[in-house]
Amino acid sequence: MAMQYIAPPPVHRILCADCGTTITPNSANLCVACLRNTVDITEGIPKQSSVSYCRNCERFLSPPTAWTIALPESSELLSICLKKLKGLSKVRLTDAHFIWTEPHSKRIKVSLTIQKEVLTNTILEQTFEIEYLVQHGQCPDCTRLAAKNTWRALVQVRQKVAHKRTFLYLEQLILKHNAQKDTVSVKEVRDGLDFFYAQRSHALKMVEFLANVVPTRSKSSEQIISSDTHTNTANFKYTYSVEIIPMCKDDLVCIPPKLARQMANISPLTVCTRIGNTVHLLDPSTLQHVEVTPTVYWRAPFDSLASVSELKEFVVLDVEPARSQGRFVLADAQVALTGAFRSQTKEDDGMDYDDGTANQIFHTRTHLGAILQPGDTAMGYFLTTANYNSTDFASLPESRVPDVVLVKKAYPNRRKKTKARNWQLKSIAKEVGGDEGAEEGTVQKRGPAGVIGRMGGRDQKKVDADYELFLRDLEEDAELRGTVNLYKADARMAPPEAGTGERKPKKGGQYGMDVDDTPAAPSGADDDDDEEDEPDFPEVKLDELLEGFDEMTLEEDQ
Amino acid sequence: MATRIQFENNSDIGVFSKLTNSYCLAALQGSTNFYSAFESELGDVIPIVHTSIGGTRLVGRLTAGNRHGLLVPSTTTDQELQHLRNSLPDAVAIQRIEERLSALGNVIACNDYVALVHPDIDRETEEIIADVLKVEVFRQTVAENVLVGSYCAITNQGGLVHPKTSIQDQDELSSLLQIPLVAGTVNRGSDVIGAGLVVNDWTAFTGLDTTATEISVIEAAFKLQGQQSVGIITDLRDTLVDHYA
Repeated sequence: MAMQYIAPPPVHRILCADCGTTITPNSANLCVACLRNTVDITEGIPKQSSVSYCRNCERFLSPPTAWTIALPESSELLSICLKKLKGLSKVRLTDAHFIWTEPHSKRIKVSLTIQKEVLTNTILEQTFEIEYLVQHGQCPDCTRLAAKNTWRALVQVRQKVAHKRTFLYLEQLILKHNAQKDTVSVKEVRDGLDFFYAQRSHALKMVEFLANVVPTRSKSSEQIISSDTHTNTANFKYTYSVEIIPMCKDDLVCIPPKLARQMANISPLTVCTRIGNTVHLLDPSTLQHVEVTPTVYWRAPFDSLASVSELKEFVVLDVEPARSQGRFVLADAQVALTGAFRSQTKEDDGMDYDDGTANQIFHTRTHLGAILQPGDTAMGYFLTTANYNSTDFASLPESRVPDVVLVKKAYPNRRKKTKARNWQLKSIAKEVGGDEGAEEGTVQKRGPAGVIGRMGGRDQKKVDADYELFLRDLEEDAELRGTVNLYKADARMAPPEAGTGERKPKKGGQYGMDVDDTPAAPSGADDDDDEEDEPDFPEVKLDELLEGFDEMTLEEDQ
Repeated sequence: MATRIQFENNSDIGVFSKLTNSYCLAALQGSTNFYSAFESELGDVIPIVHTSIGGTRLVGRLTAGNRHGLLVPSTTTDQELQHLRNSLPDAVAIQRIEERLSALGNVIACNDYVALVHPDIDRETEEIIADVLKVEVFRQTVAENVLVGSYCAITNQGGLVHPKTSIQDQDELSSLLQIPLVAGTVNRGSDVIGAGLVVNDWTAFTGLDTTATEISVIEAAFKLQGQQSVGIITDLRDTLVDHYA
């Protein structure tokens, strides 16, 4: 078979429009060299740039305002470098990598490969280097830290009372409404808490929140930090002083006679039943009820006569309901001090009632007619033996002052049992910055009280007692409970709490008694275990509790 | 000899002018620079007509013509038609064509003997082309492009075609047209030959962007340097004489 020559298809060529060399026709009809010479696709991309670097926190400025940690030759650093290049959006970036440079040179070199369409349908690719100058500086955070200027606005919340229960309750309210969201830090000070904010509006929001949930008055002040006369701008620190009315639930209040006449001529001796954004006062002998708004209160402030620490325990001997109004039932009650008519009372209590009042039966009118039964135990103020340093109280005619004002029902037998609660509360576990950092760190993990009671060992016991009282309040008052979030206590969380022995109900821990140092006896060792429980003890129902305590604690542990 | 010119800062002069062996059309313009460029080359030889077609200045793309005639689209107004009739020599026939593909300059490429047309053109139009322009008509494509008028320029001497035209296609077209063809570009790499170049048998005008290489390709393709070569020799001799005198 004859070999046949097949001619290859003739290659079609044209002349390059610029230099005249023969080329295969392309879309630009120029040879590659001429195309390179005529169009620079890197035009508009700076060949030198700079990146800002904070030498304190070792972060790079990621434009426009973020500061991010980026290791040398990391992808984060590359993205920061590429963000600095303006013209990069007009071309297609196909490759970018670092070229090694000596770290001390403060230079970063990046090699880029870009593609761009030139003329029509001609895509040109080019590789080039960009040199970055690393500018050492200080980020705004570090500047503020260095200038000890970490916050812009401060909310000082104060309540001038001897206990912390209001703040414990406030903490729960804040948590429930997530009002602590923007708080930079929280610090406990005498008689209250300081909330720090980075922005003034956040602080204002907090002040408004507080005014909505508790009776307050607030005052604002500002301190100039710096000012610029050229631009007429100034830098201020804002402080908001929020004072909560020094009155708590179950306090005995003697309204000044003038104010009492203005408020429907209520009998001045009242019991505080509720604190909302107003103070609810109730006359237990008539069930007359008034609300004191903060504006009215601050016009002529008055203190409460006695607070829960002065409550005494009484045994109800007889109750005769008279009439009901709202949730209260007016009743005539006969009460005697607990331990009355017992021969060894004096040794037990260590109290000295020489005048024989210890064994007396008192007649009083009470608003608790609905829940008190003969034989129950109730807490009340024992006015016969009390000595109040109040001119308003002194001005009351003797006949209008009862011997005893009952405030609430007590459950001493149930309280004696060391029973772990099936619920828990969250806490604002914020690290407090500044010089007390180390101490705060340890205190924070201690228990559920969180930010409250961080002053250390000095008032630790008192705070723990307040916390216990607060928990009991929650247990006994469903209305109060409804305003906060309760979480299911899980088995994992319970043992450490019991182990520290801090938040445990103490043996015989009752109102008015300090929580003592002795470790709680195991529940089995309780000698009066055989006494029957109060049947109407207000248990916290399981369906009131929320899940999800775990996540929070995990977060806290880290 | 090829001249580089511009129409209002635009190098696509083939859009705004039409050049044949017997007349030249130029678009209306604020200044007369464009017109003057033609006038200085052709002024004494053929008439140069300032006109618009259908109110637009796209004279070159909307019309097709050669020594024998001129075809204008249906959008041409009676007034324009009258103006053209008055301006052009009587030997040139003018015909208005009812054709769907109204950019006649894009769909027809012709010299005085043959015409390449868009494959989808009307049969009637094809007959009119043959009659008015006195040409043989071929439906063809140039490098797969149906707009034959845009992608090639032909005269009786030669032709320039789209740079991507394959050798086989060039051979085929060349045998149809009976003229040599060269693949090339104008306006520095542009493949739209018809827009960048107007040419007749003795002169050519190209866009200002056209490079020296492209000019040399154009002059070679259309055999434009023939007469000038003599001139160069005489010039050269003159300078030599000057030098040694």
